[in-house]
Amino acid sequence: MILPFLWMISSSLKTRSQVWVFPPDWIPDPVQWYNYVEALSGLPFHVYTFNTLRITIPVLLGTLLTASMCGYGFARMRFPGRDTLFMVFLSVLMLPAIVTMIPVFVMFTHLGWVNTLKPLIIPPILGGGPFNVFLFRQFFRTIPNELSDAARMDGCGDLYIYWRIILPLSRPVLATVAIFTFLANWNDFIGPLLYLQSDSKRTIALGLATFLGLYSTNWELLMAAATTVTIPALILFLFCQRYFVEGVVLTGLQGV
Amino acid sequence: MAPIATFMPDAARRRRVQRTLAGYFFISPGLLGLALFLVGPLIYSLWLSLTEWDIISPPVFVGLENFRTAFLDDKLFWVSLYVTVRYTLVAVPLTLIAALAAALLLDLNIRGISGFRAIYYLPAMTPAVASVVLWRWIFNSEFGLLNYILDFVGLPKVEWLISADVVMYSFWIMALWSIGPMMIIFLAGLHGVPRTLYEAAEVDGANAWRKLWAVTIPQLSPVILFNLVIGLINTFQVFTAGYLLTAGGPKNATLFYVLYTYRNAFEWLKMGYAASLSWVLFAIVMVMTIFIFRSLGRAVHYEAG
Repeated sequence: MILPFLWMISSSLKTRSQVWVFPPDWIPDPVQWYNYVEALSGLPFHVYTFNTLRITIPVLLGTLLTASMCGYGFARMRFPGRDTLFMVFLSVLMLPAIVTMIPVFVMFTHLGWVNTLKPLIIPPILGGGPFNVFLFRQFFRTIPNELSDAARMDGCGDLYIYWRIILPLSRPVLATVAIFTFLANWNDFIGPLLYLQSDSKRTIALGLATFLGLYSTNWELLMAAATTVTIPALILFLFCQRYFVEGVVLTGLQGV
Repeated sequence: MAPIATFMPDAARRRRVQRTLAGYFFISPGLLGLALFLVGPLIYSLWLSLTEWDIISPPVFVGLENFRTAFLDDKLFWVSLYVTVRYTLVAVPLTLIAALAAALLLDLNIRGISGFRAIYYLPAMTPAVASVVLWRWIFNSEFGLLNYILDFVGLPKVEWLISADVVMYSFWIMALWSIGPMMIIFLAGLHGVPRTLYEAAEVDGANAWRKLWAVTIPQLSPVILFNLVIGLINTFQVFTAGYLLTAGGPKNATLFYVLYTYRNAFEWLKMGYAASLSWVLFAIVMVMTIFIFRSLGRAVHYEAG
């Protein structure tokens, strides 16, 4: 599991001639830090990072709001059609993405949104992501009703209960959904591939793919670029590791 | 007394209407997303699948012609379907078993075990493009890591990405590498197995192997079913690796179905045909899912209530 990563880091610190050695050495000598400088100046990665953040941050905040609202509706309110609609939501998970990708692309072409960031920001926020809605619903169902009943007795509305009582108690699931959403956007490839055409609009993932096309045999540079792109996700993971396991344990599977 | 009698149901009805409105208010973002980016596009795509359309000139209605072409005339359609089914038939059982085995190992209460959990999850954190770049280098015939290992244990080198006979094995290896999410879901399931069942089995003198088959697997069966279905749906849609690692080659040996559909739509601008292909995939996935739930659903153990 870890071996490919060690290989990636080791290769990223070799000189060009060291890369083409068989059998390979694991410890590069001399250590070629300059590969990182060269790789990152090969393409405007700072622009790509900025673009990626311009997509990821609004999607992250928007998704947390809309998915938690939907989760609240499905978990803690009673209204006709609720369970049917929830089943419809869940069945979306079964739908292959390519089925809607084609018509939605045509739709955005007509709106003139191709080569803007909007197609990558607006749909995920509005839908909230069925899996995220599911996670929120499962978590909200575990919060005792006494809390909201007491607030209701005091004349508080559902918006108040949702915002001031339920959400503050939901940090674990908020963190889990935030991490999943961040990663999905940070790592997304096919979305940017479809919608972002000019170089100044590219995201990191798309930029790395371009880099692969340009430097297809300069493995030391490719590995340096790949390592750099992976690092933010790894840092996030190291800090939030427990939410991955515990978040899924606590929320995901109760009452599947 | 009549006014009160009519007043009461009225208030109750008003409260019910209010509650319904509030409920729909909360799920409105989701409903809006569903309508705009799902139901609408689905209907549109169904219509597109009955047309021939290159985006530039207006669409021409051709009825079921696209489906006829796919099934009867298009060799690549069958190739891509075969490639995808072949990939899935090995990748899904392989990853299921590996993920379950890893979860069982990582569920043991050993010091430092959480570090191992993290390592298994790392590949899932790696951006897909970065892992493709990395694996292209690992699979390099001359200087790659994999051939180095083969050479080290005295085996001949393999042309991982160049030989049409071998390339699928490379994809299966990559699939094995990214079992993290599946494993986490198994771990979550394992946490839900009541301790008392194991204690009871121990009292009956069951060994570890027996406990696995008599307690763990049956208790875990809903989670296994979940992972199986999600795994099937996901492997049927594999795209990025086929697109970037091999571009469908060599000799179309990795022309995955979604990659072929993507090319039809966005490279050859055969929007109508691509829409038909996507509906065929949808039908396959749906039939498969329903079939699995019908045939395995009964064998799955659910808690009472």
